[in-house]
Amino acid sequence: MKMRFLLLFSRQGKLRLQKWFTPLVERERKKVVRDMTLMVLGRPPRSCNFLHWKDLKVVYKRYASLYFCCGLDDKDNELLALEVLHRYVELLDKYFGNVCELDIIFNFEKAYFILDEFLMGGEVQETSKVTVAKSIEASDMLQETMEEYMSKPAF
Amino acid sequence: MPAVSKGDGMRGLAVFISDIRNCKSKEAEIKRINKELANIRSKFKGDKALDGYSKKKYVCKLLFIFLLGHDIDFGHMEAVNLLSSNKYTEKQIGYLFISVLVNSNSDLIRLINNAIKNDLSSRNPTFMNLALHCIANVGSREMAEAFAADIPRILVAGDTMDSVKQSAALCLLRLNRTSPDLVPMGEWTSRVVHLLNDQHLGVVTAATSLITTLAQKNPEEFKTSVSLAVARLSRIVTSASTDLQDYTYYFVPAPWLSVKLLRLLQCYPPPEDAAIRGRLSECLETILNKAQEPPKSKKVQHSNAKNAVLFEAISLIIHHDSEPTLLVRACNQLGQFLQHRETNLRYLALESMCTLASSEFSHEAVKTHIETVINALKTERDVSVRQRAVDLLYAMCDRSNVQQIVAEMLNYLETADYSIREEIVLKVAILAEKYAVDYTWYVDTILNLIRIAGDYVSEEVWYRVIQIVINRDDVQGYAAKTVFEALQAPACHENLVKVGGYILGEFGNLIAGDPRSSPLVQFNLLHSKFHLCSVPSRALLLSTYIKFINLFPEVKGTIQEVLRSDSQLRNADVELQQRAVEYLRLSCIASTDILATVLEEMPPFPERESSILAKLKRKKGPGMVPDIEEGRKDKNVNGGMEPISTNATTKSTPSPSTDLLSLGSSPALSSAPPSSSAGGLLVDVFTENHAPAAPGVPMGPVADDNFSRFVCKNNGVLFENQLVQIGLKSEFRQNLGRMYIFFGNKTSTQFLNFSSSVICQDSLKTQLSIHIKPADPTVDGGAQLQQILNIECVSDFVEAPVLSIQFRYGGTLQNIAVKLPITLNKFFQPTEMTSQDFFQRWKQLSSPQQEVQKIFKAKHSMDTEVTKAKIIGFGVALLDRVDPNPSNFVGAGVIHTKTTQVGCLLRLEPNTQAQVGGPERVLACALACARCRAVPSPNASLSPSLFTDVPSHTTDKQGHCIAAAL
Repeated sequence: MKMRFLLLFSRQGKLRLQKWFTPLVERERKKVVRDMTLMVLGRPPRSCNFLHWKDLKVVYKRYASLYFCCGLDDKDNELLALEVLHRYVELLDKYFGNVCELDIIFNFEKAYFILDEFLMGGEVQETSKVTVAKSIEASDMLQETMEEYMSKPAF
Repeated sequence: MPAVSKGDGMRGLAVFISDIRNCKSKEAEIKRINKELANIRSKFKGDKALDGYSKKKYVCKLLFIFLLGHDIDFGHMEAVNLLSSNKYTEKQIGYLFISVLVNSNSDLIRLINNAIKNDLSSRNPTFMNLALHCIANVGSREMAEAFAADIPRILVAGDTMDSVKQSAALCLLRLNRTSPDLVPMGEWTSRVVHLLNDQHLGVVTAATSLITTLAQKNPEEFKTSVSLAVARLSRIVTSASTDLQDYTYYFVPAPWLSVKLLRLLQCYPPPEDAAIRGRLSECLETILNKAQEPPKSKKVQHSNAKNAVLFEAISLIIHHDSEPTLLVRACNQLGQFLQHRETNLRYLALESMCTLASSEFSHEAVKTHIETVINALKTERDVSVRQRAVDLLYAMCDRSNVQQIVAEMLNYLETADYSIREEIVLKVAILAEKYAVDYTWYVDTILNLIRIAGDYVSEEVWYRVIQIVINRDDVQGYAAKTVFEALQAPACHENLVKVGGYILGEFGNLIAGDPRSSPLVQFNLLHSKFHLCSVPSRALLLSTYIKFINLFPEVKGTIQEVLRSDSQLRNADVELQQRAVEYLRLSCIASTDILATVLEEMPPFPERESSILAKLKRKKGPGMVPDIEEGRKDKNVNGGMEPISTNATTKSTPSPSTDLLSLGSSPALSSAPPSSSAGGLLVDVFTENHAPAAPGVPMGPVADDNFSRFVCKNNGVLFENQLVQIGLKSEFRQNLGRMYIFFGNKTSTQFLNFSSSVICQDSLKTQLSIHIKPADPTVDGGAQLQQILNIECVSDFVEAPVLSIQFRYGGTLQNIAVKLPITLNKFFQPTEMTSQDFFQRWKQLSSPQQEVQKIFKAKHSMDTEVTKAKIIGFGVALLDRVDPNPSNFVGAGVIHTKTTQVGCLLRLEPNTQAQVGGPERVLACALACARCRAVPSPNASLSPSLFTDVPSHTTDKQGHCIAAAL
């Protein structure tokens, strides 16, 4: 598995998360994002989840209002990539409890942290849900309580 | 404000995000952001030192603003400060900011590296992981320089926590991809390989990714990983679904690890050790079997994970390309998927079958699905699935089904999506040319293409039809008649006018006898299209007109009048004006003889790789076009212009006619081959510099991994690494051979100073004569370069020549040396004979120098059909029912060299008793040879009197070869 990028965008084409596993300059990134949103959002429902784009394979899946979309190397396994996306959704779900787009908007940094526990350099680092959840849990232990949170200034 | 589910949300951040979301317009959003930026800037600049929490919150806000798509030009320093915080959350945000917004500011990088260094040596696994993630996310060269030496140590240290090991493995992988030169290898190689044995499946998963990447670059060094990977895989596929606990994904045991292991094994040829090979075959069979079992869950995740492993196993089977039964089974399972109700599976089945179609073992099995694939083309609702169906039809096409496939593609073209039309046009053009039995059909097909999709017919396509018509005189009359008829249509595509103009200008005389297509009618027809055409087409038509003046003196007056008109002579376009003026003068002053010489029929075009194929490859990148011939024996592929090519050079004297018809923008028509004189010179200069080193010992190790696979076959991939793939296609007849070498640039960067040479060591120089045509000095990223070797076997030989290539890739000079599979058996001509003849001769060849016998263990189980195929591939005739013992195989053939011919008899005696129960069998193989002294004709049958005097090393080598092949 050699993932080049992972994008989360809404049905309206708003980018919610972007992760680049190979170096690209900002201009190229923007082009990828534009092409991906155009291509994926333009697909009729119940199409297959795979596309070719330049020399990459694109795998995407829609979960409620969010599209999860990743670019793979030419020889990579599309079905497994689909399950990478699913496992990521499961991890988000486990952390947020019934995850929705708003959770990812308001806690974008958490979405990145969870992704980092799961993928690294475009490769799957840990496939065990229990292990990943445990380490996220552990890092949350290092953080403050709700009470502390409410006492923080609101600006 | 939405509730924050848990943890440490930053209240100020949540309020800010919510404000942004409430903005009614883009302007309001920008206003809010600017307000926030001003606020943060003042906080950062303020006299009061910010506490860690505030710093974290503001840095996080900046990150949010950046991710919204706005530029951020400050805050980097504050983020770097967060890195050295002792609070995990602060450190984490700092690292996130750096990862997303890395800046090449060198001062900052030094500070960041310092912080990372501290965290790496902190022995706190959470901190170490953050640091490793940052290195992997940024992956810059500076970071590689700073840490490439430390990470391997962390990876293999005994006391490193599992989670850190995982991060270290993948971090190293990332650095290896960006700066391979900085990652030291060697001392820790074997310890990394042994991570495959680790208790922790997460560690194994991460390590497998790393090893796969490293093994692609250095297969030799990581060879021991094969047996470990097979062992690991075997344990996974045979485990019950609960054995692996949390590594079981929807009842599928460790799908990620399985796929990675299967991918690792694709870096290597089939294992040589029979036990490992057997174990791997068992694994693959188990995977194929499990795919047939009823699902353990109705969830799509279950079927996806299971099939992901299945497809990867099929990829490995195709990669090995050595087990016909597995290949055919794979093909059958994919066949079932072709009609599966899941669109994804149909898509993937079509995609996988494309590669199966190129294996000689499964090509026929793939062809049986043609109706299903055609149906997919007609009924699939999803364009990306239809696209795969087109690809598969292209891959499965051969002479037997070309008419059907081309007809279906043309049909589909009428309604095809615009995005894929050009590609379909190219594919149709290639197939029609390659497998045409009847060239009238070819011409019809191309004209149909222009009619249906004229806008998508690129220059390469119509150049090619003209090249073919010019080189084949049997089709010229038909072509002239057909274009003439096609041009009658009231609206025809400009490309048709170009083809029509060119062909009538050359061969209009062939139909001029018919009053319906008399010279004047032809001219009027073409000229009626003239004013609707673009400048290049008009220029071409003007050339047609001057050719008409030569062909048909009776229309000279009419044409001169047209040329003389103001719209031509005073045309605003310089090219058109010049042509009109020059052609007019030429027609006025030149005698008929001169005209006939100047405007002579075009000489045949030299043979070269179809420019259309090159275009398709450029369009899709090398990996995407399954080379329809690669690996598949198909000797009947049209040699196109082969017979004419030899005299082409002599005929193309610099007569002005070649120049007249070549337009400014027509590279394919200009008679200069791709390596023009300047290019050739470059190659010469290069070889001059480097050739002196070559005749000695070739630099570096000579790769011969795939060498033995070619003993019995002529096509396939000879060599492959990260950068380049070398494929071969060769044919041999008597003592002559021609080998096409394809160099595929797998990268997206151009290779510079490319040169290749063939080195014959010592005595081989006199035994084998090899001519290599110089190649282009550059190979574009993703492109393929073809080079042709002409081989003559002068006398018998033992060693194989070495192909040595050099090129510059990204500043470093790459040297690759590969043994070229030119073995003596390639020069076999099979000879049939009766049982009586065979044994009579066999007995006569009994002196020790005339016989060689080898007893060896078969590496694989003996399958009769495979063995037969190998013997035929070896080059001799397989003599059926000649040996009284039905389990023996016998063959006969004559080795042709320039100086002599040697008859050889071969007998292979499988001894299945030698090791009952084991998969290995012991074989005895004997070869008897004789040098033919008197040769009445090249196809002389072997007569007993010829079998005398044997060169013993010849036979010995053959014995080795066949032993290696079996």
